[in-house]
Parts: sequence; structure tokens; C-alpha cells
Amino acid sequence: MNSWIEKQRSLIDFTLASLARRKTRNLGLLTVYAALVFVLASVMLFTHALRQEAAAVLAGAPEVILQRMVAGRHDLIPPDYLDSIGRIRGVQQKQGRLWGYYYDPVIKANYTFMVPGYTVSDGALVIGPALARARELTAGSAVSFRSYSGQLFTFKIAAVLPQRSELASADLVLLSEHDFRAFFAYPAGHYTDIALSVANPNEARTVAAKLASALSDSRPILREEILRSYASLFDWREGIVLTVLSGTLFAFAILAWDKAAGLSAEEKREIGILKAIGWETGDVIKMKFWEGAMISLAAFLIGYIAAYLHVFRFDAGLFEPVLKGWAVLYPRFSLTPVIDGVSVLTLFFFTVIPYTAAVLVPIWRAATTDPDAVMRA
Amino acid sequence: MKTLHPSTLALAALTIAMALFCLSFIDAALLARSRAAERAETAGLAAGLGLADLALFNEARYTRHPAQADLHSAFQDHPLAFDHFPTGSLMPPRTYAYELLDRKTAQPD
Repeated sequence: MNSWIEKQRSLIDFTLASLARRKTRNLGLLTVYAALVFVLASVMLFTHALRQEAAAVLAGAPEVILQRMVAGRHDLIPPDYLDSIGRIRGVQQKQGRLWGYYYDPVIKANYTFMVPGYTVSDGALVIGPALARARELTAGSAVSFRSYSGQLFTFKIAAVLPQRSELASADLVLLSEHDFRAFFAYPAGHYTDIALSVANPNEARTVAAKLASALSDSRPILREEILRSYASLFDWREGIVLTVLSGTLFAFAILAWDKAAGLSAEEKREIGILKAIGWETGDVIKMKFWEGAMISLAAFLIGYIAAYLHVFRFDAGLFEPVLKGWAVLYPRFSLTPVIDGVSVLTLFFFTVIPYTAAVLVPIWRAATTDPDAVMRA
Repeated sequence: MKTLHPSTLALAALTIAMALFCLSFIDAALLARSRAAERAETAGLAAGLGLADLALFNEARYTRHPAQADLHSAFQDHPLAFDHFPTGSLMPPRTYAYELLDRKTAQPD
């Protein structure tokens, strides 16, 4: 066993000396290789964490949201609609919700106005942290909004929602039902949509189907659809980034293939000399295996570690705008690290194995031919 | 004096890199634990208010609440309207929603 280890160590020593003779070329390759792993790993880690974050945050969303459609567009829920739903088995609670959008020309951003389930006093607002930051508002300060009817409404800020919840609340404006209806001139008894809570989540689809057949102008939206929406949205973004990067990927593949598969005259001569002085074909192949394995493993480890630090310690500054989205009121948040072991393993196999294998093929060909012919080639 | 083999140095460097790789998983677990309160608070607020969307893309109605938007989201403002906002080009239209509901083909959304 000891002699085997000693032999491998000597082979690695020889490989490193051989790599050092073409230092610039090999360092360049290692840098490009590590950079490529860094980019791929960053996209993978970031998207996975964001998908998990969305799933965790939206796990408590209403099981079913019921919208009313008029001419294919989302319309208000009329007063008798809630009652016409009647009693549906499995539905624990049905509640009309009031929410809408307001465009603030001061900072050129959209806010989401909403009436919460708890009481907010008339004339008061509870606002999201990104909005508070953008308008420089704190609890106790006053703010005025011109409604769509042209009337000016002044509110007092009762509280700012915690910064830690910014991912879900950046642009929220919570106000009382009375203020909401007055501000948007909302017709009495009308609601924006209806939220239904279903006792057994497995029955949500059945409840939705019943609602859809009972009310032909309704559109039920299930929580599982919302979660799938977000999963597909981040998949789409990951795909877009990878598509943009595919040019780089191909360029690297050509570079790596050229480096690994095409032996230079110097390398061929080296193999010829090694064979001439008594090296066996197996030894030459082992030496090149170590070369390929060390370069690709080092590139994978450097790239992955840099990607981890970039995504979870430096908040993915390089890809943030593309993968998260962008807007005037952008939420500030740090992702909770969730690493998908299977993805890391896939990345490992697709970056380390092909290069290591690509190195061996031409070496095997050169090492099995006559040393004299190899040296003369 | 005994000189160090280059292989010893290389293997030491790879071992350190491997240790850092393993450390990233431990660090991820610790970070996740320290940020659990933040996530729970956000999830609690979302559940309490019945929020169905993240406040990630708030420049347009159909990107602020993608889960609840009309299906022809890019053309919502008027027929043949091009998408005004960058998010639209980065967000896929929902193609699979309602796929298992009976009314899928009965009434276009």
C-alpha cells in the first residue's frame, strides 16, 4: 500500500513540475475554469434559495382566492356574491378582501393598498419598510396622497412594518376599510376578491372546481398554483441567465477540449521521452489523470466556495438585478441559505468528470504508440 | 534538510479547499438558523395579511401580483400593447394555471 502511495506521489510531483513548465497557460485555464464554475454555482445556489424563500414565505397564503372575471378581466366582487357561494363542504372561512394599486408620482412607484384583517384606525396608515425609506417616513409623520378622483387625502403613519419582513411587505400600505373605500371611491359592499380557507388542503382543488362550476364568471386561484407560479418564475430566470451564459459555456468547452484533447508537440515529445526511458503506458495515463483531476477539482472547489460567499455572504451582488427583479421600491433582504445537494453533485459531475475524461483519450492514443513515432511526430 | 514534495503542498491546498467546501454546508446551516426568525416573521406577516405574492416586481400590476394577474399579462393595458417593463421580459406567462380545473377550455381567461 505504501509503495502504491509513494508511486502516486511521485507521479503527482512529476505532473506538477510538468504543469509548472507551462505555468501561464495552465493558470489561465484554471482561472477561466474556476470563473465558469463560480458563475454556474452562483446562479444555481441563488435560484434554489430564492425558490425556497418564496415557498416558505407564501406557505400561509390563502388556500383559495376567488376572483370575478368580466370580459376576461379581473373585476370587483358585487355585494351578493359572497352569499351566493353558499355553504361548500370543507370551506372554513370566506372573507371579502379589499386591496388595490396606487401610483405615487412623487417617487414614480406603485404601492399596494390593502385593508388588513386587524383594525387600523381611520386616518392612519401602516406602511412597508421600502416605502418608508423611499419617502423618508417614520411613525408619527404625515403623508398625503391624491386619490384617483383628484381629492387630497392626508394620513398619519401609525407604524412601519418590520424591515425583516420586507420581502413580502416592501410596498404595502395598510389602512382602514373606511379610508380605503373613501380613497378609491370603492362602491359600498364591493370587494376586490374573496379569500377562502379550506380545512384540508387536499380538498382545495375540489373546492375550486365546485366554485368554478357554481359561479361561471369566477376564477379560483389555488395556493399550490401560486407556489408553482413562483417556482416556475425563478426557473425561467435561471434559464434566461444560463441561456445568456451558454455562449461562454461553449467557448469554455472548446477551450477545455482543445487543451485536453489536442496534445501539443511539446507534450507528445515529453510522452515519447518518458516511454523511451522506461515509463509504462499505464504510468503515463495515471500522470495525465492526476493532471486533469487536480485542475478540474481545484477549479470546482475554488469556483463553488467563491459562489457560496458571493450568494450568501455578499447577497449575490452580481446577479441580483436579473434573478430577483428590479423596481423603484426594491426590498432589501438576505436569502436564507438552502443548498440542494443533488444540484451540487450534478455541477460536480458536469464540471470535473468531462475534463478529467477528455484529458485521458489523446494521452492513451499517444502513450500506446511507438515512442520513436511519437517523438518524430 | 528534507524538502517538501510539491505533491504534499498540492494535496494540502486541495484538502484545505475541500474543508472550506464542507464548511460552506455548516455555515449554510448556521446562517439558516440565524435567519429563521426573519423568515418566520415574513411568513407570519404574509399569512396574517393573506398575501399571495412577494414584493419583488412592483413596477406593474401584473408583475406585482403575478399569481393573481390576468393571463394575457403582457397585453393587459390595451390589445397589442407591448410590455413596458423590464420584468415582463424576464417573467414567463402562466401557461399551466387551472390546467386541472374543469372550466379550463370552457371559458378563455
